[in-house]
Amino acid sequence: MPKRTDLRTILLIGSGPIVIGQACEFDYSGTQACKALKEEGYRVVLVNSNPATIMTDPEFADRTYVEPLTVEVLERIIAAERPDALLPTIGGQTGLNLSLDLAEAGVLEKYGVELIGAKVDAIKRAEDRDQFKAVIRSIGLDLPRSGIAHTMDDALRVKEEIGLPVILRPSRTLGGTGGSFAATDEEFETNVRWGLEASPISEILIEESIAGWKEFELEVMRDVNDNVVIVCSIENLDPMGAHTGDSITVAPAQTLTDKEYQVMRDASVAIIRAIGVDTGGSNIQFAVDPRTGRQTVIEMNPRVSRSSALASKATGFPIAKIAAKLAVGYTLDELRNDITRETPACFEPTIDYVVTKIPRFTFEKFPQASDVLGPQMKSVGEAMAIGRTMKESLQKAMRSLEIGSHGFEPRAAASTEELEGRIRVPNADRLWHLGEAFRRGMTVEHVAALSAIDPWFLRHIEEIIAEERALDGVPLAAISPERLRGLKQMGFSDVRLGVLLGTTETAVREKRAASGIAPVYKTVDTCGAEFEAFTPYLYSTYEPGGDEGLPTDRKKIVILGGGPNRIGQGIEFDYCCVHSVLALREDGFETIMVNCNPETVSTDYDTSDKLFFEPLTFEDALALIRRENPLGVIVQFGGQTPLRLAVALEKAGVPIIGTSPDSIDRAEDRERFEQVLTALDLKRPPNGVARSADEAVRVAESIGYPVLVRPSYVLGGRSMEIVYDRDSLARYMRNAVRASPEHPVLIDQFLEDAIEVDVDAVSDGTDVVIGGIMEHIERAGVHSGDSACSLPPYSIDAEVQGDIRRQTVALARELQVVGLMNVQFAVKDRVVYVLEVNPRASRTVPFVSKAIGVPLAKIAARCMVGTTLQAQGFTQEIVPTHINVKEAVFPFIKFPGVDTVLGPEMKSTGEVMGIDTSFGAAFAKAQIAAGTVLPTEGCVFISVPQAAYAAVVPIARRLAAVGFRLSATHGTAGHLRGEGLTVEAVNKVKQGSPHVVDMLKRGDVALVINTPSGLESFRDSFPIRRTALEGRVPYFTTIAAAAAAAAGIELMRQGPFTVLPLQEHYVRTRRS
Amino acid sequence: MAGKDAILALADGTVFRGRAFGAVGEASGELVFNTSMTGYQEILTDPSYEGQLVAMTYPEIGNTGVNREDVESRRPFVRGFIVREYRDMPSSWRAEQSLGAYLAEHGIPGIEGIDTRALVRHLRDNGSQEAVLSSVDLDPERLVRKAKDAPSMVGQDLVTKVTAAEPYGWDQGPWKPGGYLMAEEIAAALGRPTLKVVAYDYGIKYNILRNLVGVGCAVRVVPASTPAADVLKLNPDGVFLSNGPGDPDAVVGARENVAALLGKVPVFGICLGHQILGLALGGSTYKLKFGHHGGNQPVQDLTTGKVEITSQNHGFAVDMDSLKDKADVTHLNLNDRTVEGLSVRGQPTFSVQYHPEASPGPHDARYLFRRFVDLMERDKGN
Repeated sequence: MPKRTDLRTILLIGSGPIVIGQACEFDYSGTQACKALKEEGYRVVLVNSNPATIMTDPEFADRTYVEPLTVEVLERIIAAERPDALLPTIGGQTGLNLSLDLAEAGVLEKYGVELIGAKVDAIKRAEDRDQFKAVIRSIGLDLPRSGIAHTMDDALRVKEEIGLPVILRPSRTLGGTGGSFAATDEEFETNVRWGLEASPISEILIEESIAGWKEFELEVMRDVNDNVVIVCSIENLDPMGAHTGDSITVAPAQTLTDKEYQVMRDASVAIIRAIGVDTGGSNIQFAVDPRTGRQTVIEMNPRVSRSSALASKATGFPIAKIAAKLAVGYTLDELRNDITRETPACFEPTIDYVVTKIPRFTFEKFPQASDVLGPQMKSVGEAMAIGRTMKESLQKAMRSLEIGSHGFEPRAAASTEELEGRIRVPNADRLWHLGEAFRRGMTVEHVAALSAIDPWFLRHIEEIIAEERALDGVPLAAISPERLRGLKQMGFSDVRLGVLLGTTETAVREKRAASGIAPVYKTVDTCGAEFEAFTPYLYSTYEPGGDEGLPTDRKKIVILGGGPNRIGQGIEFDYCCVHSVLALREDGFETIMVNCNPETVSTDYDTSDKLFFEPLTFEDALALIRRENPLGVIVQFGGQTPLRLAVALEKAGVPIIGTSPDSIDRAEDRERFEQVLTALDLKRPPNGVARSADEAVRVAESIGYPVLVRPSYVLGGRSMEIVYDRDSLARYMRNAVRASPEHPVLIDQFLEDAIEVDVDAVSDGTDVVIGGIMEHIERAGVHSGDSACSLPPYSIDAEVQGDIRRQTVALARELQVVGLMNVQFAVKDRVVYVLEVNPRASRTVPFVSKAIGVPLAKIAARCMVGTTLQAQGFTQEIVPTHINVKEAVFPFIKFPGVDTVLGPEMKSTGEVMGIDTSFGAAFAKAQIAAGTVLPTEGCVFISVPQAAYAAVVPIARRLAAVGFRLSATHGTAGHLRGEGLTVEAVNKVKQGSPHVVDMLKRGDVALVINTPSGLESFRDSFPIRRTALEGRVPYFTTIAAAAAAAAGIELMRQGPFTVLPLQEHYVRTRRS
Repeated sequence: MAGKDAILALADGTVFRGRAFGAVGEASGELVFNTSMTGYQEILTDPSYEGQLVAMTYPEIGNTGVNREDVESRRPFVRGFIVREYRDMPSSWRAEQSLGAYLAEHGIPGIEGIDTRALVRHLRDNGSQEAVLSSVDLDPERLVRKAKDAPSMVGQDLVTKVTAAEPYGWDQGPWKPGGYLMAEEIAAALGRPTLKVVAYDYGIKYNILRNLVGVGCAVRVVPASTPAADVLKLNPDGVFLSNGPGDPDAVVGARENVAALLGKVPVFGICLGHQILGLALGGSTYKLKFGHHGGNQPVQDLTTGKVEITSQNHGFAVDMDSLKDKADVTHLNLNDRTVEGLSVRGQPTFSVQYHPEASPGPHDARYLFRRFVDLMERDKGN
């Protein structure tokens, strides 16, 4: 069937900010969908609040709304754009839920918008637990025994029927939020209560525990002619119990016979038909009892998902792109397989390699959180690797994680008991503990019994460790070339072999070179080499020959990507990489992308001319760079990951283009940077370097407390802290870092109450153009990645801004920046201090680019290959006429007991952008987009230190004027009353009940303004923050943010916000 | 883990060195590959592979071992087995034996540790050819010579080597978790009289019989050489022509017997049976460059427009130009547009080139067995 011609405009809803459970895979799928629909000539209207996405680049849709994802906002957009159809299945759970809400609110009907891909009924059948189970039963398939509860009484009744242990899953939440396991009555009651709260509709599913069963996923596609194909099967190494997003997964399924697999395939086909997903992709999960083979259906996602992104990357079958085309009426047999060109998309990919995905956790960011894994997802990203064998694939995935692992490093679990404990319970580090178990001589049977991991997987780990042990005491010289190849075929990295053979990575590499052992590259071709492949999507392996995707003689640029998402390094860097690829591709270079993150747009085989799906280690990068012999290698777009490789690559003779690694070092090395600032006569807060704990105390005392301490060379403010006194400093030096001559600790004076400013600029080595000046809204000391900010600044005057511009340009010139540069300043008493310079792409580049309508990363990439700013026509800073506010989004709700207070250590997973004509409106939009529902009535609770009394008065007055009731702690209340305001005084928690937390729990507080200062007041206010978080009550910790919120609330009371697409904002900015 | 050395030598002089598993020995035959990621046991026991060495494109093989249920015939017929990595320790609640032990028991040599992807690309570019796999003779030059000397598939009647010696009845139905359904329970569930089907065994896969039983047929299997008259004497409602190995043109007597049945009884053919039907209609067959061997081939049913994902294993094809006015194309392969099915004009007779019985592979094409039943019922009604 050809495409539908009755549709003209199609609305796409993105997934919003990156959060745990919903990461950049939806930018990948959304971008594919935008491209696919535009290619077919449809007018695409896109809504997404996340500026760090490729999909929100103005050229990917006809109308791009960076606006909050709420029903109200979407209705306004629908009213303005009058789309014919809405494709609800590409924006993750957020997009799907919103589409349902729009349908239920009658908006779709009112404006005549058709849901394409999946209709409301089908979505409900898949999403509603009761309906889903009824459907599954009606087609004769097996399910775990279960019941639904809306109250504690319901829950207890269900428990009677199915017994413990059970799994509790709240309905309609992201990434299994609130999901838990209960084996005892106490656990049951606690977790039921929690689950009912977490569900927006107060509904939980209580389910027979099938923990320990084998877990599988099938990615299914269906077209309007009812053709159904299975794109990929995935088997979880971690059995049922850990969320699939937190599990190590392998494609294809490994431990099913064909008979069993076909039963699962038949079930999947029957399910997608019975649920009634008209067209597109779905993900269906199964559990299999390893003792009996009983197969039960777990769940279905009637949309593209994290797993479908993984499946797309694992097979070369672009699920989201095909899903978009199927939604407008094409059938699978009418679409072509891009990779083979000759054959249709109506087929099931066969793969001749093994794909391993390992989740990336960031528990180091949340020391109070437990790293035990359960039904609620906790990972923030993932790395994928491709190898010809399970072992090669697994070890490549391990070194792709960017956690300093190069293979099965030993784990120092003290006792066997402790080790067994780490194996029994799924946790972030279990894989290495499995290795440790075999190193200590445990058997596969024993480890399998402890972990419930299939022995098939364990044997591979056992064999890797056996091979490691066989190398014990063997010198490198004694390793024959044949054996060395064998080791490389098992996936051992040069670094790991160096450790095992008592030598260095370099020695191993040289030995390999001397023995002629280099990787060859094989193609991901969807067909097991049955047909010729035309798309160079490659992975390395150590087969003795059969090299594919051979280098061309074109001018080539290699772009090293950012690796797995984690806090501090997210989608922003992939955005920059993709932009550099797009720009250089346009300019006629052959672009070669290297990355190992399956969620990204950069690892779409369509993005670059050639894609290497490889770990971003020195070994893997160097091998492919030597083979390709590019004109240049770009390291400054992928964040810290490629940057870390820059010096070593340059030493190995690799042409790094853009700002030189030496310049980067001048900015990052404390002492060299000091010289730069002295030469330019710029100020920075007094500071020093400590190589021991004693030295740290000496430095801190000479500077004066409070001080900001951190290890050198970190991204995302890891282990960064503000220290107020000597004891805290001593504790920090003892626990957080081990200072040494090689790894000094940096100590800066902390400028209290300063305003922080971020500046992004681009330079061609001669000219420098400011991209944007962003004024932070949070107090200084909050990591810039966590701080809300405004572009243009909302309070800094023109003169200070001029000073900031001048200093930025001076720094860029002095550091001979070619490409992007980010500078962080602090402004205190109108004096500008330089905090930090990063001569590379920063995480604010996408935000700035969206705000000013200029793709900074593209411009920077062109500078790096020698096109001047003049030649590119970008010579003037663009100051937008609209106000752009960026707000960070945090994962605290996923980590019970963790404080929500912000500091120098970055904790946010993502960001949103609010755009409007006034600061208050833009700020309010950013808050709403970040999930903070600003109230328009109710009671405000205020607690501020004495120093802030005066500042909080106007805010209280504004809120009271629009009808809010005021409450405050006794001190604050007294002051406000003195100003003539009516205030209810409330106890602090330590003053006893009834206190503020009681009030919050009762739901009597609509808004909290609490600006603690000093350690004690932070500690005291922790329960307020946590309770507010769990009750979804907005909580502002700075006067600036509170003032902005008050302004936003005033505007909200005047009526709904207006919406405007980026394209229109840019026209207005250009006109002004 | 390091096993004994083994060598795979191709007739064109290409040599792969790996490690032996399965039986220690030597085997020669036509070298083909299979892209199914699961189902190696079904592949090994498919009589269509008589005379062939099979390379699996999926690299990890042996994962689920071998069990007594997943067989497609009385024994394995693959001559030699070629994999990237052999897994000796199976993990499956149904595994009874490792793959290596099974191959050793049946005297089938295997080779692992070779770059099977490079091998497939070589076959893709140079066509399938004869090869020798050996763990006893490690002289590559001599093995290449042996490969060159190995007889070609063309003109070989391999069916006589695999067909049943005596007729037999069959009452096992399709598999479901827990075991096979049996004819009695199926008949009881269907609640209608069974249809009598005589199945010519050119190398039949059990799953064809299971599917016939599954749609309510009472099946009697007869040797390939059974005269048409003997078949008609059994008074069948329909005759089935099975899959089988090798060159359809070389199967002695088959085309004449089938020609004698046409018009007298509904006929359904699969794979070699489809080719023999083509020959019986007076058409001709030809050898494909490297054939279709896998479980993911898209086939369009031209009567409904729907696409099914099919299991395929054939090196020969029917030349439809030779069947003008006699048969119509019903199914097309969407990858290379080759003919995958035909129906005989004016007769309740049809055939497909691929394997609707799957095993291994998707079950999408099972409806063809029902279509056969419909034809027989309609024919009976007339």
